[in-house]
Amino acid sequence: MTHRFESVDAVRDGLRSVDYLADESIAGIVYLADRLGKPVLIEGPAGTGKTQLAKSVAEMSGARLIRLQCYEGLDEAKALYEWNYKKQLLRIQVEKGDDTSWTDIQDDIFSDEFLLPRPLLEAITADDPVVLLIDEVDRVELETEALLLEILSEYQVSIPELGTVESKQIPLVFLTSNNTRELSEALKRRCLFLHLDYPEMEREKEIVLTKVPDISDNLAEQVARIVRSVRQLELKKHPSVSETLDWARTLVLLGIDKIDEQDAVNTVNILLKYRSDIEKAIKDFSSNSAQFEGQPAAT
Amino acid sequence: MTATEPTTDGPTSDDPIFNLLEGFVTELRTAGLPVSLSENIDAAEAVKHIPLEDRTAFKYALAATLVKNDAHWKTFETLFEVYFSLRGSEYAIDPDADDPFGELDLDEDEMAEQASGDNGQGQGGGDGLSPEELAELLYQALMRGDETLMRAIARQAVKRYAGMEPGRPVGGTYYLYRTLRNLDLDGVLERLMDQAKADDENMTPFDERLERNEYEARIEKLRKEIEAEIRRRLVADRGAEAMAKTLRKPLPEDVDFMHASREEMAMLRRAIYPLTRKLAVRLARKRRHKRKGPLDFRNTVRHSLSYGGVPAEPKFKHPKPAKPEIFVVADISGSVAAFARFTLHLVYAISSQFSRVRSFVFIDGLDEVTDFFEGVDDITEAIHRVNTEADVVWVDGHSDYGHALEVFWDNYGKEIGPKTTVLILGDARNNYHASQAWITKEIQKRARKLFWLNPEPNAYWNTGDSIVGEYGAHCDGVFEVRNLRQLERFVDNLV
Repeated sequence: MTHRFESVDAVRDGLRSVDYLADESIAGIVYLADRLGKPVLIEGPAGTGKTQLAKSVAEMSGARLIRLQCYEGLDEAKALYEWNYKKQLLRIQVEKGDDTSWTDIQDDIFSDEFLLPRPLLEAITADDPVVLLIDEVDRVELETEALLLEILSEYQVSIPELGTVESKQIPLVFLTSNNTRELSEALKRRCLFLHLDYPEMEREKEIVLTKVPDISDNLAEQVARIVRSVRQLELKKHPSVSETLDWARTLVLLGIDKIDEQDAVNTVNILLKYRSDIEKAIKDFSSNSAQFEGQPAAT
Repeated sequence: MTATEPTTDGPTSDDPIFNLLEGFVTELRTAGLPVSLSENIDAAEAVKHIPLEDRTAFKYALAATLVKNDAHWKTFETLFEVYFSLRGSEYAIDPDADDPFGELDLDEDEMAEQASGDNGQGQGGGDGLSPEELAELLYQALMRGDETLMRAIARQAVKRYAGMEPGRPVGGTYYLYRTLRNLDLDGVLERLMDQAKADDENMTPFDERLERNEYEARIEKLRKEIEAEIRRRLVADRGAEAMAKTLRKPLPEDVDFMHASREEMAMLRRAIYPLTRKLAVRLARKRRHKRKGPLDFRNTVRHSLSYGGVPAEPKFKHPKPAKPEIFVVADISGSVAAFARFTLHLVYAISSQFSRVRSFVFIDGLDEVTDFFEGVDDITEAIHRVNTEADVVWVDGHSDYGHALEVFWDNYGKEIGPKTTVLILGDARNNYHASQAWITKEIQKRARKLFWLNPEPNAYWNTGDSIVGEYGAHCDGVFEVRNLRQLERFVDNLV
């Protein structure tokens, strides 16, 4: 079996070339996933680049991205395959005049031709290199999860009428989860686990620098620092990386080069989305500085 | 594993690693992490693909294959540091065992060199540094965020101040405390801030705050570095298994409410929010998916039209789940306050699952605190108000369940109806007051259900002044709820 990536560094550099800044563990786990032929389960708060990682890996390796968006009520027909019954009906109609035996027709209408592949089947039968992304897997019910197990461990799909469809290649598989519920042990066991958390300040700064054009190094540093201190508060929802980027873009558009307290208070609604969180952050911005104002006199 | 290993030259050199891995996995399991056999095999497979000398790579390879829950990460990390710590004579505690030309002295040279290069204060090579010089170096390192220097200082500080002796049966926290006391990090922080202010005349308070955050982050890093250094030395002295045993800490969901340390409390507070969110999602889902209410006759007839009047597809009404009304009566006296707080937090977080939640708190008096929670976004804030504003002291501020229940029954008893579920939270340690257990009997008669949640271990019930048995006789259930796991399970069943 040939491997896609030479080394961990190759993965990291490749991801960097498509503007995804991977840290040591991200690159390492993608590399391991390729070597071991195992799916990667990515878990973490919203907006930390879980989906983006799969997209970037696809982009860097020149593979096609096949995406299965999970939702409540997802079933076999949407995820795996479906029989094209209209075409099957037509086939039966056409044969009506002839004296073809029923068994022949039956064999015929349950063949590849009448099968509509859905994302999972498509991913393993593809000839070109693919990356399969199973997005927000925590949204499907516990029972539906079982649909995924066969394809994740054996890379095959069993169709009762046809037999087992084996994969032509082992695709790179990414599953993302927002952790709204505990995934089953069976699913977790089959995957490599990657927890994506909010990045360290230095990395966040770099991300801002890469993703926001025309931002000065100084401003990016400030943005990253403020976001870090906001994340230390006890909030309902912490600012995500994408919100940091939105905020940085806003500041650049407003022509702000150095953020002062007033700017921060005015634009914090881009960073935070709950009223109580915004109030808390504003209070924090000003209360601490009041405390410091008094301080020089004391020392 | 060793027996099946081929005895060629290559693989046998890996043997120690695989043996170590097995010990490590056993230790993870003892710590409560569910590591399956196949995950163990995956880990062994994964480490073959990475360069063994790369410690970080080794760490995430193990993490990705063995740890599948973020909450377990901390436990994993601590154990990893213990098991795969850097070992060597330079970490030995015994000063006699130290090679005089070993790494530590080299470090000192390096440090002196660094200092002299930058500030011209170095004393040259082997003389060592005075405490003042070390403090100065520390200040410089933090100022510049120089991580290599910080690491070297951490080593020096531990060697100098921790006073570690081989075989001394003292925990790591003691050494940490001694080291930190000598370094006076708070003082250093103030000095750094003063310097920053002096450097930049027109620094706004807002900038100052950010600057302080930055320094605090660096100091935190240094603290971690010192902790790691102490741990390394302890491992070198006592061996990995012994250290793993002393460091074994319960997972967040198993931390006992009544005996949680301050850090564990903070951890619990962080853990409870995702937990409530998960619980809310799960409960909402459960509601929606329980189909099959009674037959919806009109709907069935309507659909029968498409089958030529044959009611081939019966339709059912969506069930109207009975939303219970919840009365929470919580003891908030010192010993069980934390427990009451978490339970209130959880109940309010899923209040959409109930038609109404009313809460009462008591010590020896009783007060209704429902208003504190109404229309409030932030439950933490509300709970803080409960603790400070509620009027719960009647005589002396020692728990008196009898009196509290009496007040509850007199004032609110009539409002308990057949839809009401009453939860009483507390350890039922009544300080030998009158129990007034007849009230629970009356409550049970009126209410749909009456539950008693006790944060004490089952074995302590009905010992000393605990009279939970007396009350429990009239309850529909008495449950031991000592940690988040048990609390979650109870609330899940309640709805």
